Amino acid sequence: MKIVVMLKTLLFNLLKGPVTRKYPYEERPPFPGERGVILMPDESKCIYCGICARKCPSNALTVTRTPEKEWKYERFRCILCGACVEACPKKCLEFGDRKK
Amino acid sequence: MMKINEEVSLETVVGKAASLLFSEYRFVTMTTVDCDEYFDIYYHFDKNYELYTLRLKVEKPGVVPSISKACFAALIIENEIQDLFGITFTGLVVDYEKHFLLAPDAPEKPFCHVPGVKITTVDSPAAKKDEVAK
Amino acid sequence: MSMIVPFGPQHPVLPEPLQLRLEIVDETVVSALPVIGYVHRGLERLAEQKDFQQDTYLIEHICGICSFMHSTTYCTGIEEIMNIEIPERAKYLRVAWSEMHRIHSHLLALGLLADAFGFESLFYQIWRTREHIMDAMEYTTGGRVMLSAACVGGVRKDINEEQKQFVLEKLALIEAEFKEEAHVLLDDYTVKARTVGVGVLDAKTAYERGAVGPTARASGLKMDHRMTGYFAYDKLDFEPVVENDCDAYARTKVRIREVFQSIDLIRQALSALPDTPLKTAFKGNPNGEAAVRAEQPRGEVIYYLKGNGTDKLARCRVRTPTFANVAPMLHMLNGCSLANVGVIVLSVDPCISCTER
Repeated sequence: MKIVVMLKTLLFNLLKGPVTRKYPYEERPPFPGERGVILMPDESKCIYCGICARKCPSNALTVTRTPEKEWKYERFRCILCGACVEACPKKCLEFGDRKK
Repeated sequence: MMKINEEVSLETVVGKAASLLFSEYRFVTMTTVDCDEYFDIYYHFDKNYELYTLRLKVEKPGVVPSISKACFAALIIENEIQDLFGITFTGLVVDYEKHFLLAPDAPEKPFCHVPGVKITTVDSPAAKKDEVAK
Repeated sequence: MSMIVPFGPQHPVLPEPLQLRLEIVDETVVSALPVIGYVHRGLERLAEQKDFQQDTYLIEHICGICSFMHSTTYCTGIEEIMNIEIPERAKYLRVAWSEMHRIHSHLLALGLLADAFGFESLFYQIWRTREHIMDAMEYTTGGRVMLSAACVGGVRKDINEEQKQFVLEKLALIEAEFKEEAHVLLDDYTVKARTVGVGVLDAKTAYERGAVGPTARASGLKMDHRMTGYFAYDKLDFEPVVENDCDAYARTKVRIREVFQSIDLIRQALSALPDTPLKTAFKGNPNGEAAVRAEQPRGEVIYYLKGNGTDKLARCRVRTPTFANVAPMLHMLNGCSLANVGVIVLSVDPCISCTER
């Protein structure tokens, strides 16, 4: 019968201090390739073909050609799958830092 | 591709399911497909990682004898099919009366194809807002 | 005299909304009736409205725990209808991510089980270990849970040499840390007092009621769909984990052993990664029907897919493992004491979002 099997871990935790970060003061840098938000850094490259909007599974993107050319991204509908980034023929979409 | 091992009718389905269970098949699930004019109900059984499928063709709106007396596990899925397709299963061990998955005020048989009605997905609210503005 | 006690949908031990109407006499449960429907979203119907490639991402959102396994199984189904042979590397990568998900799911379930019998420090400890595997998934795909790495015809992401080293380092950490925690779960007197002999499900009933996954394997049924050798499982060396004690302790033991098995499988898969492209190109739309199965952390999932030659599916049906485990769970609850209900429910590891879709 074993009663104090957790004791070793508990003592270790007590002496080692917290494992969590003090978040707003100390941040973990995101991993490379993190899918944070979809950005179009250079809008002049976009040809407004609308492929991204058609591939989007959650209707987060709307592309209009008339009367004004416009690419619209709705962040709260986006599920960050990256289908648009992959499909873009001009490669003008990319993933960015989620805090932007 | 899926293999359909046997076609069954409303009279033979309970007996066939019971005999499969008797010969040590495990009940996996049931699938209902709305084929516009009729429903196809598939009964999936499993033995040694091999799927054994029965197919039952049911005229709409559909009244089917329940196999839940022979196989208790079928009870949950039969209640779900009752909710979603409006098919009535007779002789259920526990009948939730078409409110197993759906709330009392939910639409009736939401998974059925209604002739002439097409469900369209909702457009992005941003686009709608613009339309209103214009 | 009996009375009805509603257990859930808001209950400290339940991570997801499930209500059990328990008929109790004194402290003993006489019968239980599940009431679900709190998170029904009609995803099967929605999948008929989107095109079949968009469905990959939609299907992934059925479950927040075994998301990658849902999308890969769906892709396997479409590949079967369209006769697409996926490249070797994609098969191994699918195995690697699936097993990462299995580790993550089992650690989550074991942590919640520890919480259910009131051992909170163990719960935090296990979830701390789980962060390592979450990091490994985030580094390799860019998402912690929604990997979005599967696509029809292969995979969308690759694991390069640097990422591989990172994953292997994290696996070593998990192995070392989880050994300590497994020791507590298996040997601690207080833990054993809550799990041994609780929620007994004998092999015959388990089979008759259609139990799958760890629930079935803990009852001595040698049933693991990975044995059929889908993806690259036929080329990897493993044996299904089977325990014969039939109780909550045995189910815990199965999960613990499967965590170590998955660590081993990821190592095998990553060391044998062949050098081929990631995707097979294909044309056309699915036409025909397929029923595919795969082993998820909670058991066997079955996808029935029917295509009609257009880009939209005619029917997409998902039977998730928890759905099959509800009937065995009701059997376990009969005759147990009210205090054990939480432990029994969590020893099955129910995922209600999966169940209702």
